[in-house]
Amino acid sequence: MKYTVLVDVRLRSGIADPAGATIERALPALGYEGVSGVSVGKTIRFTIEAADKKQAISHSEDLCGAFLTNPVIEDAEVTVVPGGDDL
Amino acid sequence: MSGVVGVVVFPGSNCEMDCIESVSHLGGEGRLLWHGDEDLGSVDAVIVPGGFAHGDYLRPGAIARFSPLMVAVTRFAAAGGPVVGICNGFQILTEAGLLPGALQKNRGLKFLCQPSMIRVETSDSSLTSRASTGDELSIPINHFEGNYTCDDETLARLNDEDRVVLRYVDNPNGSVDDIAGVCNEGRNVVGLMPHPERACNDLLGSSDGSVLLGSLLDLVA
Repeated sequence: MKYTVLVDVRLRSGIADPAGATIERALPALGYEGVSGVSVGKTIRFTIEAADKKQAISHSEDLCGAFLTNPVIEDAEVTVVPGGDDL
Repeated sequence: MSGVVGVVVFPGSNCEMDCIESVSHLGGEGRLLWHGDEDLGSVDAVIVPGGFAHGDYLRPGAIARFSPLMVAVTRFAAAGGPVVGICNGFQILTEAGLLPGALQKNRGLKFLCQPSMIRVETSDSSLTSRASTGDELSIPINHFEGNYTCDDETLARLNDEDRVVLRYVDNPNGSVDDIAGVCNEGRNVVGLMPHPERACNDLLGSSDGSVLLGSLLDLVA
């Protein structure tokens, strides 16, 4: 079965996020007050062959550990897209 | 007879010829190695040069570390062969697990391209045997992701084992503990953000990098 997977890659806390900081500083100039905690990460989307949803998540997490993220500076959250697990 | 220093070329490398020129200027022989090959040939040392290997897509060094030649470089390093990663090469060596830690974006949102004063912290590495602890060298930096980071345990270990090879005199990028370069446990693999190959001739404003690359050449002579 094919599953559509989203990997949300975020910088770990304490890791510099200049893009997030720049966006946060720019917001008041645009009239948006009260926005804080801006962080910029990336999303990686793919389809994966797996026996079931659990295996799709587990294989995707392996992929994150080996390649998609650097655990020294990044965290990742793997989700199977709702409705995307019966392609 | 002088030894041969292999310089690894990835798609997107851009400092390989500076490395070849500086090695040759210092009396060694440099040889370009293609990342897609599986064999290092008969080189006596390896430099992984700067640039943007594979466009730095995903993360700097993330894709480069899967190149076939990196298997040979890892084997060469494990056998004690001298390996030096400069700038993007340092990023590649951390991604490949040959060196600890990671390089994150510079503090202060700036791409930095400037001369930088670097202090030698140990002469016990493949890149610093000609130098003395405390020597200060003027060597350019040229990076956006040069802010060295690692967990507290790794940092303590690097300090305890005298594996911080180079520190910035005036930290330009936010690197933890002012770190500009580190080595592995065997002290044969060294990674650094500054570019010694761009400081091997007075015509370039500094020849202080000669001490570092000269140390590497001593090992292969």
